[in-house]
Formats: sequence, structure tokens, C-alpha cells
Amino acid sequence: MANKISDETIEYVGILAKLELSEEEKEAAKEDMEKMLDYIDTLNELDTAGIEPMSHVFPVNNVFREDVVTNGDGKEETLANAPLRKEDSFEVPRTIG
Amino acid sequence: MAKQYETVIGLEVHIELATKTKIFCGCSTEFGGAPNTHTCPVCTGMPGSLPVLNRQVVEYALAIGLATNCKITQVCKFDRKNYFYPDNPQNYQISQLYLPIARDGFVEIDTPSGKKKIRIHEMHMEEDAGKLVHDEWDDTSLVDYNRSGVPLVEIVSEPDMRSADEVIAYLEKLRMIVQYLGASDCKLQEGSMRADVNLSVREAGTDSLGTRTEMKNLNSFKAITHAIEGERARQIELLEAGKDVVQETRRWDDNKEHSYAMRSKEDAQDYRYFPEPDLVPIVISDEWIAQVKARQPELRTEKLERYKKEFDIPQYDAEIITESKRMADIFEAAAAICKKPKKVSNWLMVETMRLMKEYGTEADRLSFSPENLAKLIDLVDDGSISGSVAKKVFEQVFLHDADPEKYVEEHGLKVENDEAALEETVRKVLSDNPKAVEDYRGGKEKALGALMGQTMRAMKGKANPATVNRMLRELLKSE
Repeated sequence: MANKISDETIEYVGILAKLELSEEEKEAAKEDMEKMLDYIDTLNELDTAGIEPMSHVFPVNNVFREDVVTNGDGKEETLANAPLRKEDSFEVPRTIG
Repeated sequence: MAKQYETVIGLEVHIELATKTKIFCGCSTEFGGAPNTHTCPVCTGMPGSLPVLNRQVVEYALAIGLATNCKITQVCKFDRKNYFYPDNPQNYQISQLYLPIARDGFVEIDTPSGKKKIRIHEMHMEEDAGKLVHDEWDDTSLVDYNRSGVPLVEIVSEPDMRSADEVIAYLEKLRMIVQYLGASDCKLQEGSMRADVNLSVREAGTDSLGTRTEMKNLNSFKAITHAIEGERARQIELLEAGKDVVQETRRWDDNKEHSYAMRSKEDAQDYRYFPEPDLVPIVISDEWIAQVKARQPELRTEKLERYKKEFDIPQYDAEIITESKRMADIFEAAAAICKKPKKVSNWLMVETMRLMKEYGTEADRLSFSPENLAKLIDLVDDGSISGSVAKKVFEQVFLHDADPEKYVEEHGLKVENDEAALEETVRKVLSDNPKAVEDYRGGKEKALGALMGQTMRAMKGKANPATVNRMLRELLKSE
């Protein structure tokens, strides 16, 4: 494999993704990421000079909705799977001082 | 000699747009709904849901961009900003990093040394986060996603401000522009306008920028002013003690009038932005820009000039009236109804300002209708009520939007046009005040004023002063 993921990188990516990985999991993730990067490198074989970068594969622009309220009270559906609910709010560990 | 320091300030201003629905779904944006009632799978980040952009968000953003002299990015896109926090159910915020809708603008502010341009670096569209309520007794926070997905624009200025006064002037200018466009109500207390302050200090005369801090949670002009003054002093103190300012985000506590560090640069976030795959690019044609420009309502400067020309209103009065869109709207509508712009302007400048001060409200919150002000002016003009009664009636219009005609009727405040009754009163006043009568007849014109006052008092203000004056003169002559 051409790409190498360092221990520091896998540690950092884990922190950003809020994941705690065991040593075995880290090694497996490193290998997967290396494979992905190698695969993406295939693109470098193409000459992309003069081609606009694109963010979307469909040749579609300007998909809009009009500013009209279409949704009613969605409370029960929204809260249906809440791990913890207090009255009509989600309950989470305290976030601030 | 002590070192002189200069404060360098840049602002990030978030403004909630006045759309009826959220930016990517058909949920209502109404403020103050019961928790989580304005939610759906899109704005709560449920797997498989897809956002669709609200056209009105682009319209408002274009209008604000054009009114702040920005260049419009005609091919613009959304990006994903990744972070984990309970107020953000998707674990990313849809925002714009690489191609924000507007760039390189400016607004002009008035300073004691003349006009000053505050440059705008860029403005982008994004979605707001949910709201966290912290339980006083429990060790928990409650999350309400009604605000999640409410459309925002964030306006990022260049570090062009040098004092709290300039910051307030810039914010007031932005607020006025956006309110005139109808793009937001810009209420700081309700959070529909929020400012983060980036501040650094440097020795006066130097060009390089010092290390800056960012302050959040500022929800009144007073809090902004205090936070700026406090942070400037804190940074100068550090530098004077030979210490470094740490680049960090600080949270302002308005009750304690003190800021404290939220997070420092060491654990600064890496947002891993990438192009938003669920939304297609926005292409803004020249025609679209021209349409938005054509629909642009008259902004304050133009309105002010027109008032001076069209209605012959003095500069100072025009400035006060146009300072708030609400007051300008009342002025124009009332003037159109009663066709007496100068009188409308007087009522706004004198009695309205006095009552606003007395009751501590702002011009944006004036709740009386232009129709009722116009009616009141007509009642005074056709002699139905006296000036002093009009002031009392106006207070009711100001407070409760009372209908002046009904109010005057119900409270029996109408001027008595019954000349016989008036004559009787005048005669009684004359016989009760022989001294004043004698003085007047002896050539003391001033004595008439006292007799006028007595008569009006006896009539409880319900007499037409001109009629009283005429009748007094006639009776004084004849007897």
C-alpha cells in the first residue's frame, strides 16, 4: 500500500469522531483508511487540468422549496426514540458550568 | 509615560432571517412554540432525511449582500461543518465555507471624526442550532430543537473597529439595513441578532495585530459595551505584566459582568469541512440579482432625503423618524391618511418621544396604528378637542391604540359648541374676577390670559380656545 496512516493520525481522527478504539481496532481502521486513500489515488491517473471541481454528480442546480409551512406538530415523532426524555424535551448530561 | 494601547475589533454577526419556514424543511420558525413542536426528521437529523433549500433564504441573503455593497458569489455552495454537541442533532451544521454567497462589502458608520467604512469580509447562509436549557436542580440539560434549522446569515467584518462606540454604530447600521429590507426583526434579546466580538490590543502606532480572543453570549448593546471594555482592560493588564494573551473563546456573563475562557486554541476544533453532498449548487443569474435589486425597498438614507424634499421635514426630525422603520412606517401611513405630514411629524417628535421615555419603550415597539394618530390630528384640527385634551387622548392611543373618536365620545371630552352654555360660564368668570376685568379694561392685555385660563378650567378643557377668546373680548367690550 502506498499510503501510510501514522499512529498520531489515527489517534487524532478518533478524537475528532469521539471514538475510543482498542489497539486491534486502531490497526484495522488504519488498514481500511490506507486502502481507501489508495483507491482515491486512482483519480490522479486522470488528467483533470481545466476541469471545474464539482460537489455533486448530477448536472442539477437551484433545487428550491417555497417558503410555506407544510409540517405540523412533530413533537411525538421527534421524541419517540429519545434515550432520555423530560416532559417535551430531550434530556442530556449538563453541558455548561 | 504609560504606554498607549489601541483596541482592534472585528465582529461576527448572526442574523435570523424572517422566513416563515426553516432553511431546509417546511417546519415553522415561529419564536416561542412549546418545546420540539416545530420539528421533523430533516431538522432533527434523522437518517435518510434530505434537506431542500428554502428559496426565500437566498432572496433575503442576496438582499442583505447587495445592501451592504458585497460582491455576490454567483455559483455558491453549502458545506458541512462537523462537530458534536447536543444542540446539533445531525452532528454537523450545514453552512458555507468555500463559496459564501457574498464577499467584500462594507457599511458606513458615523464617528465623531466623520464617516468611516467598516469592511465586510464575507457573508454566508447557515442553519441555527437547537436550544439548551440548563436545569437548575438537576445535573442535566434539556434540548429543544424548534430553533434547529432556522435560517441564519453570518456577516463577518474585517477588524476595522477601534472602540465599543464604533461596534455599536456598526451593529445599529446593520440592524437598520436588515430591518428596512424586512429580512429580520434583529432583536438582540430574543437572539434574532447575535454578535461575537473578536478583540485584540496593540501599542498605539503599530501595525501588526495582537493575539485576539473571541467573546460570545452578548445579547444587548450594554453587554457588548461592557464586554469590550472589560476585555480590553484584561488584555492590557496581561501585556503590562509581561504575559501573553492566549487565543481563546471566552463567554460573557452579564450578571457577573465578567468573561471566562470556554476553550483555548490547543483544543480548538477541527471542523473537517467538506462540500455538502445533499444539496446541489446555487447558480445566481444576473437577472436574479437585478430582480432582487429592483425589489429592494427604500433604505434609510434615501427615505431621509425624500422626507426632507417631499414633506419639508427638517433634517433632525427626518433623522429621528427614519431611525426606526416602525416609526417611519407610522409617519408615512398617518401622513397619507390625514394629509398633514408636518403635524404627524410633530406628534412623533414631541409627544411620542416623551411617552417613549416615560414608559421606557423603543421606537421599534410602537404599537399604535397610524389611523388612530391621523384621527386624533383631525379632531384637533376641526376644533372638536382642545390641545390639552388631545395630549391626554394621545396617551391612550400610544398605550392601547385607542380609537380617539370613540374615546373622546365615551369620556365626554368633545369641545362644547353650545354657545349659550359657554356664554353663561364666561359671564360667571367675569363677575367672579372684577380685578382682572378692570386690569384688562385699563389696558393690561395680559389679564385676558388669566380669564381664558379660568374659563377653560370651568369648562374642563372642553371649550374651543378660539371661541372662548372671541367671546371674552366681545363681552369685555360690551359691558
